[in-house]
Amino acid sequence: MTEPQNPKRTIRRATGFSSFGFRILNLFRISNFGFRDSCPAGSGFRESPEAGGRRLGECFIEGCIKLSGLAVVAFVFLIFLFLLRDSLSLFREYSLREFLFGREWLPISEPPKFGVLPLLIGSILVTFWAIVICVPLGVGAAMFIAEVAPKPLKHVLKSLVEILASIPSVVLGFLGIIWLGPFLRNTFGLSTGMCGLTGSLLLAFMALPTIISISEDALVGVPKSYREAAFGLGATRWQTLWRVILPSASSGIVAAVMLGIGRVVGETMVVLMVTGNAPVMPKSILLPLRTLTATIAGEMGETVGGSEHYFALFAVGLVLFAITFTINFIADLFLRRARK
Amino acid sequence: MVVVRRRVRRPGESGVLWDGFALAAVDRYNLRGMGLRTRTILLLAISTLSLAGCGEVIDPNEPQGFVQTKGSDTIVNAMQETAEEFMKVYPHVFVAITGGGSGVGIASLINRTTEIATASREMKGKEIEMAEKRGVHPKEIVVAYDGVAVIVNHNNPIDRLTIEDLHDIFTGKVTNWKQLGGKDLPIVTLSREVSSGTHMYFKEEVVQLGKKGSTEEFSKETLLLTSSQAIVEEVANNEGAIGYLGMGYLSDRTKAVRVGKGPAARGSGPSPVARDLGHESQVTGHEFYPPTVENVVNKTYPLSRPLYLYTDGEPQGAVKLLIDFTLGPKGQTRFMKTGFVPVGPRGGEIQNSKLEIRNKS
Repeated sequence: MTEPQNPKRTIRRATGFSSFGFRILNLFRISNFGFRDSCPAGSGFRESPEAGGRRLGECFIEGCIKLSGLAVVAFVFLIFLFLLRDSLSLFREYSLREFLFGREWLPISEPPKFGVLPLLIGSILVTFWAIVICVPLGVGAAMFIAEVAPKPLKHVLKSLVEILASIPSVVLGFLGIIWLGPFLRNTFGLSTGMCGLTGSLLLAFMALPTIISISEDALVGVPKSYREAAFGLGATRWQTLWRVILPSASSGIVAAVMLGIGRVVGETMVVLMVTGNAPVMPKSILLPLRTLTATIAGEMGETVGGSEHYFALFAVGLVLFAITFTINFIADLFLRRARK
Repeated sequence: MVVVRRRVRRPGESGVLWDGFALAAVDRYNLRGMGLRTRTILLLAISTLSLAGCGEVIDPNEPQGFVQTKGSDTIVNAMQETAEEFMKVYPHVFVAITGGGSGVGIASLINRTTEIATASREMKGKEIEMAEKRGVHPKEIVVAYDGVAVIVNHNNPIDRLTIEDLHDIFTGKVTNWKQLGGKDLPIVTLSREVSSGTHMYFKEEVVQLGKKGSTEEFSKETLLLTSSQAIVEEVANNEGAIGYLGMGYLSDRTKAVRVGKGPAARGSGPSPVARDLGHESQVTGHEFYPPTVENVVNKTYPLSRPLYLYTDGEPQGAVKLLIDFTLGPKGQTRFMKTGFVPVGPRGGEIQNSKLEIRNKS
């Protein structure tokens, strides 16, 4: 993988591509938690007669930035601790085994059952199909925008992708209820349109902008010399794109896909509205199912703080957190391997 | 900021609301001597304050306050209309109505984030216990009666079902309309989310057939939708769907099923009862009753229930005003117009004894 050429892209890469845990580590490594050490004389600013005041100001600003960076870390840790504390409270009364492997989610029954397995599988199934649908579409679109499309069309497409990103999820959910659901029911002869596939399609739609724009950035970031070399060897445009540019940009594309997955797993409103929320062990994507996020959103308002149900929802949140963390971690591994 | 400063400097400019306001404020609060920046900040602060306070003087004897009402989606519309009427009479009492489900309302009452909880089910013993533990003493007030209507698609020939039929449908024992004498279509059962009081009511009365200690559950294939409107939407579009909702949500888009108390009328062909009665006029419906106000009043419709308001302790001040208004003729008319059955003159009395009994059990 090559080094990106322009600084703007470098920033984007640093903030967008590297995973969350890696970012935290970096933050600790860079910062000395001190103000004085962080502004050594050779930090890039030439000494000049007026430089004393300016340097002080620089130090102050740099300190502020660092502080906000550290605050983010602190927030994340606090959120994690809070989540951990409340979800662990559940396991004083309810067995962990039952929670993880229970096949029934019946929160308001007597006695309640908090088996997270159907919800977990529901989330995984919806995410899997959403990714299967949107990755080829998204990477294809990115390839077209980055390499094939003429300039005017490129600009139009890029802004359209941005508009796509700005559609609120509740609007998509509504479209899903009144249009996509009935359409799928009639097309596939389903008993109801409120099923996993409706959710997957809408989620794929939501993940597309992320995947397209990041993949496109990665493709554009491949140095011109690669292209020239490939053309020089007599490769066709397609061969260049498929065999040279795409592999060189692969780490960026994997990162795009991972971020897409992150977006899809955490999305709530759409799945709450269109997947039917039946807490059944999902057998097929064409049947109603219930996801982790929809469960939290649908039930949180009803629980009394400190009740078993309340803690169970936090435990579901913890499971969700574990999933997204794992995805980020995997993305990070991929990225680092690709960089070497 | 920049824009504001420029406008203040040019008094000749007209037609801009802010301009006029700012100039007036400059005069009124004698700000001319101040630095530009200070002046602008002050102006902004004043404008925010005066927007919030409206600067009106209120008669101290007039009731004022803020009442938050949360809970049942079944009566959220009726409560909203009542609150609008109420605020016309008492303009200085602000009432906020939120839905979310009976469970949400009761949880909020226990968490002290609402003054009044509306509910389409009774508070459970466990909930009362939890409330008492937190120093909240719930008072129960019946505000209206409601029938739970069962709805199907207009193209579904089935138009009457017994409670037993419904039980079999919602527990998944019957999965095809053919088994009930209808078309050969899989049955899609729709329910509200677990936070809904109607969900609880339906579960107790239909899924568990009103038997205490029953452990029967909704079939797992049952879709849990987040609003009554979503249920209407799905039933209107899906020929195989069946759902339930508060009578207030009935519309022409779906067909309400007549409900009877008799045993399950099921066979290979059309059900014997349905065949005997045919699809004739209402006169023959001595066993099956449509969800109408009369049938709920004379208790012939089997799925009817009271709707409740809960407060923390004896209602006082603005909360009491709102509750009295809701139980009064104006409020009850609103409830009737949105499809509920009003309570009688003594219907709304606070049922202390009943709560205590449940509390003990």
